[in-house]
Amino acid sequence: MATEVMETTESRVNYLNNGTTVKSWLLTLDHKRIGLLYLFSISFFFAIGGIYATLIRLELITPQGDLLTPEMYNRVFTMHGVIMIFFFLIPSIPAVLGNFLLPLMLGAKDVAFPKLNLLSWYIFIIGGCLMLYTMLSGGIDTGWTFYPPYSSIYSNSQVTIAGVSIFITGFSSILTGLNFMVTIHTMRAPGLTWFRLPLFVWAHYATSLIQVLGTPVIAITVLALAFERTLKIGIFDPKLGGDPVLFQHMFWFYSHPAVYIMILPSMGVISELIANMTRKRIFGYNFVAFSSLAIAVFGFLVWGHHMFTTSQSMYTGMVFSLISYAVAIPSAIKTFNWTATIYKGSVSFDTPMIYALAFLGLFTIGGMTGLFLAALGLDVHLHDTYFVVAHFHYVMVGSAVIGYLGGIHYWWPKITGRMYSEFLGRISAVIIFIGFNLTFLPQFVLGQLGMPRRYHAYVPEFQVLHILSSAGASILAVGFTLPVIYLAWSIKYGEKVGPNPWMASGLEWQTSSPPPTENFTYQPVVTHEPYEFENVEEIKQARQAELQRA
Amino acid sequence: MAEHATHVEGLAHHFVSMEQQKEAGMVGMWIFLLTEIMFFGGLFLAYTIYRTTYPEGFLFGSHLLNVKLGGTNTVVLIVSSLTMAMAVYYSQKGDRKKLLAFLALTLILGLAFLGIKYVEYSTKIHDGLFPAAATWNPPSEGEHAIPVEKQQAVHVFLWIYFLMTGLHAVHMIVGAGILITLIIMAQRGKFTKNYNSPVEISGLYWHFVDIVWIFLFPLLYLTGYHFTPGGH
Repeated sequence: MATEVMETTESRVNYLNNGTTVKSWLLTLDHKRIGLLYLFSISFFFAIGGIYATLIRLELITPQGDLLTPEMYNRVFTMHGVIMIFFFLIPSIPAVLGNFLLPLMLGAKDVAFPKLNLLSWYIFIIGGCLMLYTMLSGGIDTGWTFYPPYSSIYSNSQVTIAGVSIFITGFSSILTGLNFMVTIHTMRAPGLTWFRLPLFVWAHYATSLIQVLGTPVIAITVLALAFERTLKIGIFDPKLGGDPVLFQHMFWFYSHPAVYIMILPSMGVISELIANMTRKRIFGYNFVAFSSLAIAVFGFLVWGHHMFTTSQSMYTGMVFSLISYAVAIPSAIKTFNWTATIYKGSVSFDTPMIYALAFLGLFTIGGMTGLFLAALGLDVHLHDTYFVVAHFHYVMVGSAVIGYLGGIHYWWPKITGRMYSEFLGRISAVIIFIGFNLTFLPQFVLGQLGMPRRYHAYVPEFQVLHILSSAGASILAVGFTLPVIYLAWSIKYGEKVGPNPWMASGLEWQTSSPPPTENFTYQPVVTHEPYEFENVEEIKQARQAELQRA
Repeated sequence: MAEHATHVEGLAHHFVSMEQQKEAGMVGMWIFLLTEIMFFGGLFLAYTIYRTTYPEGFLFGSHLLNVKLGGTNTVVLIVSSLTMAMAVYYSQKGDRKKLLAFLALTLILGLAFLGIKYVEYSTKIHDGLFPAAATWNPPSEGEHAIPVEKQQAVHVFLWIYFLMTGLHAVHMIVGAGILITLIIMAQRGKFTKNYNSPVEISGLYWHFVDIVWIFLFPLLYLTGYHFTPGGH
């Protein structure tokens, strides 16, 4: 009986076995395959960014600058930032999980513009190759923020090529956002009204809005920087009449909202995980949905909080400070609603849920420390210290990457049709949680004590905290490596799963795993609210019985 | 001809209906135009800030521009928007001949704009007014002299002029490419009463590029007529 079932699953045509040549992958218009192309590309960049991070943490074990020269250290932390932000975090959840899941969740056959979707990946690859060239020819040393006039006049590194690379990669992000927005507007299945959309979709709509409205501004900014550097035009150079603070305004007008490009999709993932792993309708659906949009809108109005210590006027600073505080409201709405969803839910502690719980804790710390930095007076003390470094790593790694990993584990059986080792999954989630906190909690203390960011040598008093941080980083490295191994293993040896191994709600779980190329063999029609679960009581009892046995 | 007929249908596999496909195209283009607004918006911000910082540079600079050529170009573009609108109208009527005629006319007007722009650019570069370090050599005496103390401010005005109009010209070149594609498609009879959304969607782009120029012309060419020397 069992072998029969397995044979039929094996012989069924799905998106993975429908064409196995390299060409069938490189010229695919299937959103699911394009999602996987992104998965491999960004994993590659994550590894490179990780190597740079390793170099940073190795250098900082001792107070003297003994491993890297100051010049080299500048290049290492810059490349770490540039690669992790533009080539891993920005595309991570939208380009991989968003691409894979959005049409499935909407009950559509594909995104609205499949060719444009493939083009986005190629644009990403072209930008990525330019960045690799930048890297191999020595990298850049400006910090990922590219502030002129250092970047435009004085730096002897490959700023122009790196700028062009970011300009090009930006279009990949813009086109993906555009594609998603149009898909959500026009490709929803019959009966799938806006307020029946999974929260993952709402989060991606908000993210796309930022990608579409913010990214063009960074594009024109780095283009202007490249012109200034190559043609010696005084766009931002004060010697030629330009205004360097204008660059900072334009840069942060994108780069602050870009933080929300990283965190919003992760919040969307967490909403799915928490509702489905507790088998409860999400508490306050409308609030969670609209808080995504609120974060996107507020996000555009707070960029000045990066510039409290520049020539920006005090009154401008006060307004930016106030609006920055306001972002905490929609973020807190989400956190409280997730917590309320867990309350009296039928909670499972499978790997995705462990990531979701880790997210709740780490995002709370990351978000709350953001308020310290939004305070005008306190920020003068904390500006450009390790406090800032710790804060944004709590948001970008502790929240965005944790959400990404949680999502990858949750949808892995849908993507591959197979299940990974649950034991190793849980272990590595816990390792990542411990390693992450050990790496970045000491950095809050370091920053508060006055350790500046971007320094390769420091006073001996800070050594203990730096060693703790480096030790944590090595644990984190183990935690990040484990999933690569057991997930790769599961592709071939993992246990086969049916369409809905988590007993989750949502259209993506109604089709087979892995889904057929056209996603659904029928036209799905939606008649329910999202997150409506059947047999909740039975499953609750079964889980409790299981717990008692264990 | 049977293959032809399916092409005329023009419905991609992943859409349910022609209406859905058309709506997707239209929404997509409007969102794209939003990104374009933000793209140019960065430069309009730079314009606003530097005009406040260097009013005298903008006063002097705008007198360096050729209002007659700029004005002609404005008229050329407005007329091309009209011909584009006519092309969209006839594509929906299914009148292939008139569609082709108006697309061609739009293309000619677009190329005329670029030709005039080329004349303007080459005069500026010849006069040493291109603001790159290698070519910047403004006349300090003679009829068109720029006083030395104002040269830096004029430099700022001129890079804004070149960057904004240059980006606009790049969009015009892309637009010309789109028009050529449309002409070839129309020639092959791809557009019918039922399938013509590419013409309308491209029309949106063309009008957008036109509107950008409507803002650029007064801000760059006419602003000197608004400032009075010694005032402000």
